[in-house]
Amino acid sequence: MDMLICVFCFVFFPPPVSHSQITRLYSRFTSLDKGENGTLSREDFQRIPELAINPLGDRIINAFFPEGEDQVNFRGFMRTLAHFRPIEDNEKSKDQNGPEPLNSRSNKLHFAFRLYDLDKDDKISRDELLQVLRMMVGVNISDEQLGSIADRTIQEADQDGDSAISFAEFVKVLEKVDVEQKMSIRFLH
Amino acid sequence: TLQIEKGVKKQKALALENLISNGIIQREETSMEEEVAGQRQGCFNLADILYFSKKGFEAIADDEVTRRFSSEELISWNLLSRTNVNFHHVSWQLTVVWITGILIRYCLLMPLRVKCWLSNQVQMTCAALGVRCLSGAVHFHNRENRPQKGGICVANHTSPLDVLILASDGCYSLVGQAHGGLLGLIQKSCMKTTQHVLFERSEMKDRHLVRKKIREHIADKTKLPILIFPEGTCINNTSVMMFKKGSFEVGGTIHPVAIKYDPRFGDAFWNSMKYSVMTYAFKLMTSWAIVCNVWYLPPMVKEEEEDAVHFANRVKAVIAAQGGMSVLPWDGGLKRKKVKESLKEEQQKKYCQIVIENGTVGNGNVH
Repeated sequence: MDMLICVFCFVFFPPPVSHSQITRLYSRFTSLDKGENGTLSREDFQRIPELAINPLGDRIINAFFPEGEDQVNFRGFMRTLAHFRPIEDNEKSKDQNGPEPLNSRSNKLHFAFRLYDLDKDDKISRDELLQVLRMMVGVNISDEQLGSIADRTIQEADQDGDSAISFAEFVKVLEKVDVEQKMSIRFLH
Repeated sequence: TLQIEKGVKKQKALALENLISNGIIQREETSMEEEVAGQRQGCFNLADILYFSKKGFEAIADDEVTRRFSSEELISWNLLSRTNVNFHHVSWQLTVVWITGILIRYCLLMPLRVKCWLSNQVQMTCAALGVRCLSGAVHFHNRENRPQKGGICVANHTSPLDVLILASDGCYSLVGQAHGGLLGLIQKSCMKTTQHVLFERSEMKDRHLVRKKIREHIADKTKLPILIFPEGTCINNTSVMMFKKGSFEVGGTIHPVAIKYDPRFGDAFWNSMKYSVMTYAFKLMTSWAIVCNVWYLPPMVKEEEEDAVHFANRVKAVIAAQGGMSVLPWDGGLKRKKVKESLKEEQQKKYCQIVIENGTVGNGNVH
């Protein structure tokens, strides 16, 4: 069924992704889908060992599941993966009037921002920052040290004085970062 | 310009390696230190999550481990539809060839093999015949290194066929997973003729029992060499996964054997979670042939200062190098069970070491 949706999309909205890339990702999707019901659950993702040992593994998995849902179909899978397509691919499509593509620099940063911003209020609060920090460092750092890291980070990024990091402030902090290289996955043809 | 040259060379090497490894995506093996620390001193940066999120997405698109638990993807098709993962129509001539291939394999090769197989089924000593029934073209190399009595033979594991192939060139005692069904019947009939050691996978956790039995066996120099597959499960023959240290702790001489199947003629890998033994046997009999190379490698012993894990890795490297397979530190048991929590903790610890210097919080350089 998902393949049909894909074919429909390709015919009427040709994407700048090659046919073979879609097919390979589809076979990847089916190999992850142990239940063989055309959708992936969180457990299916957690079965990937390299993802299970990633400190941010759970957050990354959450990014695939829309609010309140437990299953993701192939279209959703591709949509989320699309954030990591290289930015240079967009030159091929040259669609000036369409919506901004998912893998633009701005949308990539927005995706990264949402990894921090759990409650989706467009601000990274001190608590949200602490949560992510704790996930990354495990038990190796005390609460106090972690608290001071969080405070310092907010202090340096915060420009409007609300003790939280908004998306604009986030973008400013990352303006010198090569987002293209750090958030892109290249396919082998 | 030197840097540009180096960059180009690196890209070419990477492209070639990726082509050989059959991955979907291009993976750059940068370390956490390079990506996260960059040019600043150790301290946390909002951008640090980019490294982890990229690694996570790379793992989702294509990971090194789960890839080994399903059949290898071939670079060029061998006219078996089961290996044709990315179907696209090339030409009608190819379709005609493929249809002819089907007719030959299903209507000619298979019935001949079934007839052969049924008549030899009960006689396990006819392992050599069994190999020939599957049109097994097995090349044995370095026969002078064949395992001797009282030694332990270790090999990489792809399917129960490995046993058949090795048994056709020598007699072994086996250590293995007790199976039900047809394979179980065969195992039981083997037990009557030779001394074998069979376990339940759950019983394998009782390592002392395993070690004791192996030790007793090799102490008796008149007993046949014991054949062990230290990976503990079938892997798809493109890489060698973690060798469990149990068999390397008991002392004794280890005779490594490398078994490499040629994937162009047929897929020998038994995906036990997907196919039963009967389905697997049917698949084998409808392939072109089973072609494999077996290298007997010189015997190795554990050195005095060496621990079992290091020795196991040494043997693993030798086998992988001979068979042309890559070496993976991951446990083959991940086919069935989850990864250990401690590996995640290692990653977290590693990140801490970069971010925190000397136990202090570091200075406040965000850029």
